[in-house]
Order: sequence, then structure tokens, then C-alpha cells
Amino acid sequence: MDFDFIVKSIPLYVKAAEVTLELSFWGILLSLIIGFICSLVIYYKVKLLAQVVQIYIELSRNTPLLIQLFFLYYGFAKIGIKFEAYSCAIFGLAFLGGSYMAEAFRSGLEAVSKIQIETGLSVGLNRWQLMRYIILPQAFSVAIPAIGANAIFLLKETSVVSAIALADLMFVAKDLIGMYYKTTEALTMLVVAYLIILLPISLLLTFIERKVRHAGFGN
Amino acid sequence: MQDLGINVIFEGSNLLRLLIGLWVTMRIAIVAIAISVVFGIAFGIVMTVKNTFVQIVARLYLEAVRIIPILVWLFLFYFGLTKVLHIHLGAEVVSVIVFSLWGIAEMGDIVRGAITSLPAHQRASGRALGLTDLQIYRYIIIPQAVRRLIPAAINLATRMIKTTSLVVLIGVVEVLKVGQQIIEVSILKTPSASFWVYACIFALYFIICYPISLWSKKLELKWQNQ
Amino acid sequence: MSQKTQEKLLEIMNLKKQYDDVETLKDISLDVHKGEVVVVLGPSGCGKSTLLRCLNGLEEIQGGQIKLNGEVINADKTKWHLIRQKIGMVFQSYDLFPHMSIIENILLGPTKAQGRDKTEVLAQAEKLLTRVGLLDKKDAYPRQLSGGQKQRVAIVRALCMNPEIMLFDEVTASLDPEMVREVLDVMLELAKQGMTMVIVTHEMAFAKAVADRIVFIDEGQIAEIAKPQDFFNAPTTERAKRFLNIFKFNEESER
Repeated sequence: MDFDFIVKSIPLYVKAAEVTLELSFWGILLSLIIGFICSLVIYYKVKLLAQVVQIYIELSRNTPLLIQLFFLYYGFAKIGIKFEAYSCAIFGLAFLGGSYMAEAFRSGLEAVSKIQIETGLSVGLNRWQLMRYIILPQAFSVAIPAIGANAIFLLKETSVVSAIALADLMFVAKDLIGMYYKTTEALTMLVVAYLIILLPISLLLTFIERKVRHAGFGN
Repeated sequence: MQDLGINVIFEGSNLLRLLIGLWVTMRIAIVAIAISVVFGIAFGIVMTVKNTFVQIVARLYLEAVRIIPILVWLFLFYFGLTKVLHIHLGAEVVSVIVFSLWGIAEMGDIVRGAITSLPAHQRASGRALGLTDLQIYRYIIIPQAVRRLIPAAINLATRMIKTTSLVVLIGVVEVLKVGQQIIEVSILKTPSASFWVYACIFALYFIICYPISLWSKKLELKWQNQ
Repeated sequence: MSQKTQEKLLEIMNLKKQYDDVETLKDISLDVHKGEVVVVLGPSGCGKSTLLRCLNGLEEIQGGQIKLNGEVINADKTKWHLIRQKIGMVFQSYDLFPHMSIIENILLGPTKAQGRDKTEVLAQAEKLLTRVGLLDKKDAYPRQLSGGQKQRVAIVRALCMNPEIMLFDEVTASLDPEMVREVLDVMLELAKQGMTMVIVTHEMAFAKAVADRIVFIDEGQIAEIAKPQDFFNAPTTERAKRFLNIFKFNEESER
């Protein structure tokens, strides 16, 4: 192992990690928004829109991110819709993640029992108040583990964006291998970088999940 | 008449070439899924063994596979392993190895979950009937566990099929690569070739994965209501 | 026993309820006067719970009219969430909101739905909790309470809305036997204070003690309306006799 090389390449990896994290942040945030809206559309069985959302979810869940990105980035460019690689990556992540988050929220919403809803109605809440005070808080606590798992899944999926020429962690590692043949060093750094990002998040999620599952409300 | 971009798909043997390219990733997926099912079941049963050492090793393997992105694993095995061990493995072989390792870990966890989620009284009532441990497995645990795990296992299979699309990034010539070749050749004649080719690949993946996910959803519903 | 007036609070006229093709309620007409306690009895599946749910707009009805204070409340444009603020309902299952503390459970309706002042409601809630002996539990969460305690909180939660009428749907049916009494006592107390109530129950002794009138429903129809002493001592219909016999048998076999 060439430790000088590793030390010298640290700034490159830090910068690349920033790209990975930034893309993940926006991707996950948009996924949450899209997923939340889609789950409500399905929950309330909004006419027509519910079908559209269902089609989107199936398309998104049954195709690979890499193909979605290529289609978006290279395919759409040729018919006049051009994305920057950066926004394309975020858009692709959101397209993929939106359906996963929608499923997470939806299962949370469906877990709220009919009797809870009726009880909410019987204390005089209107539809909006029912959503705000009864359904959403209960649905969220059920959905949190799935939302967390999806967030990690999306963070890992960002490794694919190097394929559309974005300088993320994967890209830097590939670059260093290609240019200097420092395969072992580059790959070690790559793994270390992902571990530094993913280990704390994954541990935090395990902790939260355990809390939600075993304690529930009132402990 | 203006050249319709979609024709690029049906020109010459283009569609056939795409399908052959798709077969390359499918082959990887199918072999890896087969290996994952067999060894994953074994791994899952091993994970239920009440031995701290076995459990720690199994857990480490599972978490290691999970926490690092598959693409990174592909790189580690393709570029890293060859360099460290001084052996050369083809990209396709590496892909099968990586996807199998992933599949075994995930399948094992599904099997473990299906076994341990059975309420303890099921085992106890089996014993109360005078069944041996083997008979308890044969008649009580396996039939119930199978119903819990099959929908999840099918889900894993679609995830593996989708993720094998990554093998192009370590140089396997598969559907995406073939698509790029077709685009290069026809870009002058058909400027919108890349749109149609990528749309076609997108559709091909959907056509393969959608029925499988439908099937798993159906089984899940069917067994939930019983 | 209570200060019943001639003023009609709730009027049910020819109410019909259908599930698919099955008529659950065929033709129900009933008036409930202010301050009156009506106990609805009947074999399981006779439609008595459905009747209560219709009164609170939880079920759509296919025919007839429901009036509260002379106002029709089952019209298409009924703002049910406003009506429900005047009709308190307590269900069979302990249906407290699990993500809220006891006091939050109670305050939700009055502060959010009715938009009342929080300090005023809080004072009322604490007074009511004291009355049912649960003031010390106000910051606990539902899962820390027993079934009987939860049900008493559910009653307080409904009362805190200052309803004009209370509906009780088999509120003791899922309770352990030793907890039934504490809930029934709260209801008896309410009756004494002149609360208008419609109660569905299987507790015969309680029904006898609390009711001004017994309404006996069988197969979706009102078979008999009578004063409790008349109903229990000398039911006029065959069906009511058969129904009461079942309970007599139970009491005898328990001895």
C-alpha cells in the first residue's frame, strides 16, 4: 500500500463524498415529497390521479436506476429536453425513490385502524384535522423504519451516477485506478469513504427503529 | 415521410441484438438467483442456530454485504481481487460471484425472518403431539415459513435482476452496451436514436420485472387471507 | 329517575339502513327526550350498534330522518363534524389515541375541533378526571392504563365536548369483569346529573337501574318499548320473553 498516495488522494475523496452526500440529500428530500404526495393520492383514491400515480410507481419500481438515468440523460437530450448531469442525477434518484417512499408512507397510512378514524370523527374533527392530529402521527411512526431503509438504499444507489459523468466517490476511485493504477489504494479509500458515511446512519436507524418498535408511545 | 425514430429499434437485427444483450444480464441474474436460493436457505437456517460465534459471523457477513453498494462490491472483486490474488476473472464470472454473495446474504435473512417469526407455541404444540425435531421442521415450520418467505424471495429476485444492469460498468457487454453501439452506428441517420434505444431498454426491463412483482404481490395477498 | 322533560332532543323517523342487500335497520322510529336515558337491548346482530353509528353519521342511511333539536341532521350537506361536537360517543374498544397522553386525548376535540380556550378546557378536563378518579393519570399514555381506566377516559373525552347527548356502544363488552363496575358507576352518575343518553349494553342489571325506557330491537325493528320494570317483569312480546330467558338461564347457571 502506498500511504503517501492515500494521503494525497484524501482531498479528492472528501470532495467526491460531498457530491455523493449532496446528491443523496436532494434525492432523498425530493423522494420524500413525491412519496408523501403519491401516498395521499392513493390513500384518498383521487380519481384518475390515483391511476397515474400507480403507473408511475410500477414504472419506477420495476426498472433499474442506471437505465432510468441513461434514458433521462442521453435519451431525453436527443428529443430536446436537456438535463445537466447534476440535476439529472437528482431527478433520477427522486424518480426512483419517490415510489419507494410512497409505499412506505402508504403502508403507514393503511396501518391506522378504522376505529381510530371513527373515534377521531366522533370527537368532532373535520377531515383535515383528522389527517393532521390522528392519521399522520400514527402513520409516520409506523413508516419510519421503512423510510430510513429507503434513505440508505438511495444513498447507496447514488454510486450509479458516476455512469453519467458525475464526480462522486465511485467516479474518483475509477479515475485513480485508470490514471495511476493504484487499484488497492483507490478501492480501499472507496470502501472507507462509504463506511464513514453509511455506518453512522445505519447505526442511528437501527437505534431509532428499535425505539419505535419496542417502546411505542408512552415509554 | 420523415424518419420515425422508433424505427431504429426494428432496423436490421437491432432488436435481436438488444435481446441478446439483455440475455447476458439475465444469465448472470438467473445463475446468481439459483445459487442464492440454495445457499441462502442454508445460510438462513445457520443464522437461527443459537451459537453466539456463528451468529456474529453471519451477522457481520450480512451487514458487510448490505452496507457497501453493490457497484462498489463489483469494483472490489473485479479490480481489487484480481490484483491482490493475481488471478484474472472475467467480468461475467465476477458478476455472478458478487450477485451470489449478495443474494445468499439477503435470502438468508429472509429465511431467518420467516423461521423466527413463527410463534413459539407452534413448536411447543408440535412437541406436545410427540413429533421429533425433524418432523416439527417437516410438517410445521417449513410449510408455514415457506408462505412467509416466498413473496419476499421473489421480490429479492426482481431486485437482483434490476441490479444486474450495473455489470456494464465493469465491462460486461450487455444490453446497455449493445444499445450504445446501436446508437453510435445510427446517430447520423436517426438523431433521436438514443431516445428510442434507451426507451426500449427501459421497457424491456419493465416487461421482465413487472409480471414478477405482480406475481409476488398476488401470492402475498393470497397467503395473507388464509 | 332523572329529570326527564317533554322536550324532544333527538327524533328518529323511519330510519332505514342497508348493507348491500341486507336490511340491517328496517324502520326505526324513536324519540329521545332531554334528560332521558334510553337503553337499547337486543340479541347480537339485531342492529343496535348500527343504530348508534347512524346517529353519529358513521354510517350512511338509506331512508328516514334524524333530527337533533328539531334540525334535520342527515341531509347531504350536513357538516357532520359540527353535529358530532354535540353528540358524544364512546365505543366498545378502548379507542384512545395511542400517540397522545391522556390529557392530550381529552383536549384534542375541545381545542382543535371546537376551538375553545385551552386553559378553560384544561380546568374542565381536570375536574372531570377528578370525578372519575383518574387525575393522577393525566400525563400517562393510553398503553399504561387498564381497560376500565381507558374507558373512563374515553367517557371524559366525550363529556369534555359538552355534548347534548351521549351515545354508549357496548362500552363494557371488552372489559375484564372486575372493571365493568367502575365504568358503569360513571355512567350511573351521569344519568343522575341529567345527561341525555342512549346506551347499548348487555348488562341487564345495569339497564334496569339506569334506564328511563328500554327499547328492545330484534331483526332490525323495534319490537318493544317499555319502562324497565315492565320490560323485565312482564315483557309483552314473545321475542322479548325469549331474549330475557337466555339471561335468566345464564344467571341460574352461574349460581
